[in-house]
Amino acid sequence: MRYLPNVVTLTLDAEKCTGCGLCVDVCPHGVLAMGDHQAAIVDRDACMECGACVRNCAFQALSVRAGVGCAAAVLNGMIRGGGPPCDCCAESACSD
Amino acid sequence: MSTELTRADRVGAWKARWRIGRMRYRVEPGLYAVGRPTADAPVLVTANYKMTFDRLRSQLGGRDAWVLVLDTRGINVWCAAGKGTFGTDEVVRRVEALRLSEVVSHRRLVVPQLGAPGVAAHEVLQRCGFEVVYGPVRAEDLPAFLDAGMKATPQMRRVQFPFRERVALIPVELVAGAKHVLFIAACLLLLGGLGPGGYSFGRAIGVGLPSAMLFLAVFVGGVTLVPMVLPWLPGRAFSVKGAWVGIALVLVFGAHVWAAPGAFGGPVSAGAWVLIIPAVASFLAMNFTGSSTYTSLSGVQREMRVALPVQIGCAAIGAVLWLLGRFV
Repeated sequence: MRYLPNVVTLTLDAEKCTGCGLCVDVCPHGVLAMGDHQAAIVDRDACMECGACVRNCAFQALSVRAGVGCAAAVLNGMIRGGGPPCDCCAESACSD
Repeated sequence: MSTELTRADRVGAWKARWRIGRMRYRVEPGLYAVGRPTADAPVLVTANYKMTFDRLRSQLGGRDAWVLVLDTRGINVWCAAGKGTFGTDEVVRRVEALRLSEVVSHRRLVVPQLGAPGVAAHEVLQRCGFEVVYGPVRAEDLPAFLDAGMKATPQMRRVQFPFRERVALIPVELVAGAKHVLFIAACLLLLGGLGPGGYSFGRAIGVGLPSAMLFLAVFVGGVTLVPMVLPWLPGRAFSVKGAWVGIALVLVFGAHVWAAPGAFGGPVSAGAWVLIIPAVASFLAMNFTGSSTYTSLSGVQREMRVALPVQIGCAAIGAVLWLLGRFV
């Protein structure tokens, strides 16, 4: 299953990457892979912007606008103002 | 603690899926022993949602391990990591409060991979001296991961969204939407009584009731069908996938009207549903993005910019036609 193409905000700064490989480990969708001593974005459209790679990069080589891909949260954000919160479904989707 | 799940555990999990007592379905945060763990037994970190905790311990039969339960306010690992409650601060706080360094001789924590959006491994190491090793996505893979010397295969690192997981979400989606949907159905029932010559309770039963039932059927149909057939629905945007389910439901509705003309009022009132049903199904499917495991915020915003005005437009025109149909 694949979501919309060409929308994702993930970027990788090769200058800062030390090739530790942790981002490759934490990505749940195989977006990153190890190249020659460095990580590379190999499947950007599979990225769900969870922010795991960015959080675990000790060298600030990665960046993304992390958030939940949740229409209800976006809708609530539109109504209440501010960004999409992730507090509406504490009892729904998060029940799994 | 036990690695066997009892009947009560299974009943509790079933109830949580239906949101019964969901917010009380937690375990006490702290350090738990599985088997007879020694100072070199692995430390497995998890959330204090009981379904998460149960899934973990049921995989640990015959093993000796420590289970470190964080306080995630009864939310599973992935959602809590997104919110930050399963995060660096909570890990460090628990490790220090429980004096973990006096319990185990090694300095390693096995954190589920889906905790990574909230946990920065390098910060945990810096702040409390424990190295974070990311375990597999699924608890089912934990035995193989541990047996392989804490090495995960690429397959263990991937999140899927199989049929079994998608249908498990149906009850909670039904309960979550029920309040709004019952309100709209009640409105349809009441407004169904409007017509030439004022309000008629006979018409409320004759037209309003079938309309209310139809709306409920569309809700239940959309909420159950979308997760079941998700991968096979055309389009990538969930709103498009939902619109296809809506069109299928319109065909079923059409066959019904064909068999019993007038059951939903005149042709204008009945025809209004051709707009309303796909709009509702599309919206329901769009809402399922929050439960799915692969949609990004940027993507959801992109599809909503287009889909939401179309859904609202179709539903509004449909509602007006449905009301006007009373009078023609």
